[in-house]
Amino acid sequence: MAEAARAPGGARVDHLLVAEMVEPRSRVLDVGCGDGELLRLLEQRGVDGRGIELSREGVNECVAKGLAVIQGDADTDLADYPDDAFDYVILSQTLQATRRPRDVLENMLRIGRRAIISFPNFGHWRIRLQLLLNGAMPVTDNLPDSWYDSPNIHFCTIKDFRELCQVAGARMEKSLALNPWGAPLRLNAPYWFWNLFGEQAVFLLSRKERTGPRARG
Amino acid sequence: MVEAQVVKRDFAARDPQSHLREADNPQSEVVRFGRDKPLKLDAGVELSPFQIAYQTYGTLNPQRSNAILVCHALTGDQYVNNVHPVTGKPGWWESIIGSGKPIDTDRYFVICPNVVGACMGTTGPASTNPATGKPWGLEFPVITIRDMVRAQAMLLDHLGIEQLFSVAGGSMGGMQVLQWAASYPERVYSALPIATATRHSAQNIAFHEVGRQAVMADPEWRQGRYLTEGTNPRRGLAVARMGAHITYLSDAALHRKFGRKFQDRANPTFSFDADFEVESYLRHQGITFVERFDANSYLYLTRAMDYFDLAADYDGVLAKAFKGTPTRFCVISFTSDWLFPTSDSRAIVHALNAGLARVSFAEIVTDKGHDAFLLDEPELSGIVRGFLDSAGAARGLPAKA
Repeated sequence: MAEAARAPGGARVDHLLVAEMVEPRSRVLDVGCGDGELLRLLEQRGVDGRGIELSREGVNECVAKGLAVIQGDADTDLADYPDDAFDYVILSQTLQATRRPRDVLENMLRIGRRAIISFPNFGHWRIRLQLLLNGAMPVTDNLPDSWYDSPNIHFCTIKDFRELCQVAGARMEKSLALNPWGAPLRLNAPYWFWNLFGEQAVFLLSRKERTGPRARG
Repeated sequence: MVEAQVVKRDFAARDPQSHLREADNPQSEVVRFGRDKPLKLDAGVELSPFQIAYQTYGTLNPQRSNAILVCHALTGDQYVNNVHPVTGKPGWWESIIGSGKPIDTDRYFVICPNVVGACMGTTGPASTNPATGKPWGLEFPVITIRDMVRAQAMLLDHLGIEQLFSVAGGSMGGMQVLQWAASYPERVYSALPIATATRHSAQNIAFHEVGRQAVMADPEWRQGRYLTEGTNPRRGLAVARMGAHITYLSDAALHRKFGRKFQDRANPTFSFDADFEVESYLRHQGITFVERFDANSYLYLTRAMDYFDLAADYDGVLAKAFKGTPTRFCVISFTSDWLFPTSDSRAIVHALNAGLARVSFAEIVTDKGHDAFLLDEPELSGIVRGFLDSAGAARGLPAKA
């Protein structure tokens, strides 16, 4: 990722954006929490934060910071959590690295009342231009890995993500497009504009109304 | 070379009185519970009178909120952070406990009790049975992990501590931690179960059974009456220890330390002497063990571990054991621990998640096997320190000065 913009005080701007979407005193699960920076920020704001992280180094670093983080894989281990266990489930810059993005999204909306997902937008004009002119997988500041070295296996555009939400039964409550440094593009514009000019996107999702009471297993 | 000295030492019948001395009158603190305070056992009987030997380190704060209970493992005891009165060796967890260490005796009040059924001062098969004036031997009732924890709760009542800041332990100690969290959730603010499981596997039971059979096959064991009859089943107990010790290490570590190296010789002797370094090492482990441990205690404590099955008390559903628990957990496992593999710890984490408990879980990369929790592992120290610091902050304990 491009070096993330930081606010005065040191916190990453995109983390602050996510944190603003979370109500204080809520319970949050950060899926793919890395070194725990977002969790720490959330805990400073009075949020009960938990994490799940794939890399052992990341987990041990988080646990050594006193964070409630467990080692696990978003593709397989989200099924272990019970329904409605969290107010928010966050998936930060990780969707494109999951093996089964739809299952991950559906699990997130099962275990959390709301989901917050951020991802790099593959529909950005720079990427489209590189593919068009270069005929090769694009390499940008935001997506620096070569295609054969990259953990990213499920790229999508903002338009693709909106379709996934339809298919998975998620309601889009809020969405933001971000510039390469994680700062929001504060403009009123239709989705095709964001699909061209947003390098990253953040979506706040909730479950669509169910028709009847949910059966408990 | 130490091994040669040990082999040549005269091992004629050790004075059984020296063993009894520590079993009945330990050098550590001890609290004696009279007939008005019996210990109710899972076996359906009561143990009364009985005593608990324990060590404490550090100072209890005025709010009584900084106490950490440390639970020892199968062959451990209460001397977790000072010199052992029988062996002269340093405390068994000095890597983690001490001034400025992760379990900081400058900030916390550390209590380490000897478990029921052991032999270093808490009532066990080597203790004197007041009804007969002789050692209990096999007349001592079979005890469980839950019995150990019940007794520890009585000790805490005696010390006037209502809620423990933390309960920590590895292996059998970890089983006690889990039992504490399940039996007394309100009394445990945070829990550190390390290198442990909620039940022994068939393979673990099998290994323990081999150890028990070794003890019982020793003709000097005398159906457990060796203390009365003046014999000493040291050979059987040493073999049991040798077998168990292999399970505490890893193939990789054994190979790294010993390989196929010969002990003090260039060629095999074509005999059954300890030709290989690893043989010599194991014999030494066995010989030093029998100097400080009671053979019958080995039977009772391995049995308690085999019987332990936390989910069994909750209709076989482990998640029920921790449902709604207020305790914060830090579960730790080691990659090369094949006695209590990471999958056992994952099962604990799974059950805690299902109960919506606050849990951290870390797997530490090491080739030192099950014993890694006793050794100097910087990652382990960092995790324990970080977990306790953050739990302490949440509890309102003062941060490190």
